[in-house]
Amino acid sequence: MRQEFRLSGTGGQGLILAGIILAEAALLDGKLAIQSQSYGPEARGGASKSEVIISDEAIHFPKVTKPGVLLAMSQDACDKYSHDLDKDSVLITDSLFVSKVPDFGGKVYELPITHSAREGLGKILFANIIALGALVKLTGVVSAESLEKAVLNRVPKGTEDKNRKALEIGMSLIK
Amino acid sequence: MNMEEMINKYFRPGRLPHIWCPGCGNGVVTGCVVKAIAKLDLPKDDVAVISGIGCSSRASGYLDFNTVHSAHGRAIPFATGVKLADPKLNVIVLTGDGDATAIGGNHFIHACRRNIDLTVVVYNNSIYGMTGGQYSPMTPTGSKATTAPYGMIEPDFNLTELARAAGATFVARATTFHAQMLSDLIVKGIQHKGFSLIEAVSACPISFGRQNKMGGPAEMMMWQRDHAVPIAAWDKLPEEKKEGKFPIGVLYEVEGRKEYTEAYDELIAMAQGGK
Amino acid sequence: MSRVLLLQGNQAVVEGAIAAGVKFFAGYPITPSTEVAESLAEKLPQVGGKFIQMEDEIASMGAVIGASLTGKKVMTATSGPGFSLKQELIGYACAAEIPLVIVNVQRVGPSTGQPTSPSQGDLMQARWGTHGDHWLIALTPASVPECFELTLRAYALSEKYRVPVILLMDEVIGHMREKIELPDDYSEFPQAERKQPDCKPEDFKAYATDESLVPAMPAFGSGYRWHVTGLVHDETGFPKGTPAATLAAANRQRAKIENNLDDIVQVENYRMEDAEFAVVAFGGGARTAYETVDMARKEGLKVGLVRPVTIWPFAEAQMKELAGKVKGILVHELNCGQYVHEVERAVNGKVPVSLYAKYDNEPATPAQLLEEVKKAMAAL
Repeated sequence: MRQEFRLSGTGGQGLILAGIILAEAALLDGKLAIQSQSYGPEARGGASKSEVIISDEAIHFPKVTKPGVLLAMSQDACDKYSHDLDKDSVLITDSLFVSKVPDFGGKVYELPITHSAREGLGKILFANIIALGALVKLTGVVSAESLEKAVLNRVPKGTEDKNRKALEIGMSLIK
Repeated sequence: MNMEEMINKYFRPGRLPHIWCPGCGNGVVTGCVVKAIAKLDLPKDDVAVISGIGCSSRASGYLDFNTVHSAHGRAIPFATGVKLADPKLNVIVLTGDGDATAIGGNHFIHACRRNIDLTVVVYNNSIYGMTGGQYSPMTPTGSKATTAPYGMIEPDFNLTELARAAGATFVARATTFHAQMLSDLIVKGIQHKGFSLIEAVSACPISFGRQNKMGGPAEMMMWQRDHAVPIAAWDKLPEEKKEGKFPIGVLYEVEGRKEYTEAYDELIAMAQGGK
Repeated sequence: MSRVLLLQGNQAVVEGAIAAGVKFFAGYPITPSTEVAESLAEKLPQVGGKFIQMEDEIASMGAVIGASLTGKKVMTATSGPGFSLKQELIGYACAAEIPLVIVNVQRVGPSTGQPTSPSQGDLMQARWGTHGDHWLIALTPASVPECFELTLRAYALSEKYRVPVILLMDEVIGHMREKIELPDDYSEFPQAERKQPDCKPEDFKAYATDESLVPAMPAFGSGYRWHVTGLVHDETGFPKGTPAATLAAANRQRAKIENNLDDIVQVENYRMEDAEFAVVAFGGGARTAYETVDMARKEGLKVGLVRPVTIWPFAEAQMKELAGKVKGILVHELNCGQYVHEVERAVNGKVPVSLYAKYDNEPATPAQLLEEVKKAMAAL
């Protein structure tokens, strides 16, 4: 089974890292994964996307053509990257930044991702990890254990507890 | 060592005579380079001579060391690769004024800045000789060249000042008239740990002298004698008397600034210690 | 022991370089190849190697030639505009027969083009970018593990034939992250060795060869003193401008490659056993093609993929053979059509050759390519 994810937002929100973590969690589960990205010349700001494809079988074409899940953490990204959603797709938005949600016929989860990062952890930079927690809870695409391991492999030393908490917060956003 | 012994030891058999015109200063400069190597008694296997393209850069082919006749302007990058990859080699760059300061100008200033242990001898004959007399960045303003038939309107580089400003730690100049001094300066340049520039003012009677009515080879040597001022005298010379003249000798020397390949070895120790 | 990693193609090149024994890198920052430089800046000193960021692309090329002369395995990495700047010295490396590897992660051109978008527009530049007749090798990986393998192979070929090898990547492969399994210990990988002279230093002629036509190459400082030049030279290594010397130099440099095409040229066939129609694609374009072939097969169409892994020298024999096997060929490349002309030449009208050129800065989707395959098959 092939699952395609598109994580999008503004440069600097950590979505490329989130995509890498998701793909590495899939490898830890023994699956195959490909992550790719597109970004503008600016290191901060501008719409950016990180795409992840996870499958049990060989993945040849590395780009997302049928997104199962679109995570949109900015209005720009939501507008730019939602064109190919269909009724089977799921859209997760950061409700702090996305007010206009496209009508594509599928399910939409408007989650207070950045808001929870600020309230729960005091720093908005955990928003990407919170988003991953929510995405994994919703889809079950990787195991919670592998996700946590993949997160801890990638984050700076000393921030492990906060990142674990971020995952918990993210998962709790999906009721 | 007399001249014949020196030629037998350091010049490749069968490669002479050289291609340079009668009266050209390149032979004198090349002789000074060889005398310096002989004086230091450097093993031939430990010397790499890298040249660019142009009249002077033909010198590398005549010399019995590890030699590279590189591409136009690129002697310094080639030499940087040789030196950084194998710092035990004494790396000497032979280049011309056009090669080093026009097409290779960017490489020149960055090698100065890195303070990599190269000895760069710039044969400055004020002209592109091999292509027949076009102006270089070191053609004096007002001089004639085939591409400056009305006279050179661009200001020329003061290469020694450029090198000093860019970070070179040994900067010297002599002329082919002052051949002993030139050879002594090359010795010092080779001994110096860091980037050394030796500008060798040299005559091109055919492509520069004729266009500028400077007379023959002997007259051009006299011109060098009359316009070069030893640095000690130069420093005492009033500004108005410096016009048209140039200083020779060790113009700038600084010890203790970190040499690039040594700095890199420290970096390796740090990278390996930090594992 | 081995590690399972999620690596970018560019990072896999770096791992391949370390495994191959690279000890010198000179480069200049340029998207989308910069990760190669960044990663080697960190890793080379850890293995006692040297990294230098030069003042420009030309200088980087000069520095790797210089370092190669000291016997080290060397690399530089760039993208289109930088590749153009390196061309003069690539010619020098061909003429003086200097082993080295140049990574070119292609992006959209010409000029600044689109730095972060994929293209395969440098195909002809890789073959004919420098002036004059010359012979070199270019390899095109289509996956992250293959980036590692072909980097090792690039050194094997470069050292064996004393020729520059271009690792011709594209942004799709350079930047995507994919699973790769690597051993913890790289010492198991064979280290390519440069042929050394078996004569005494005083008898050494720098470009004299045996039947391999590849001259021995002692390192600077080894006691064999020789002269390196970009001028046409004879077997002594010194310039010689006679018609006979000119001819001999060109013929030997060509023959040392062309006599060994069986060793050099690799082509992968995918589902070609019973194929009636072939897609020819490589690098990032091949990623689309694998999936297209699978989709076509599900629809009962007998389509296969022929993927040149060695992009230069051209897979002449393989393409001629292919023309005798299938009813039609579709070349898919991420440019306006470069490789297709070579395929057409080799096929020589035996079967129809069509082109699906994709040059809008995005790789073709498998569905798009399938559409083109169906059109081409319908036209047979």
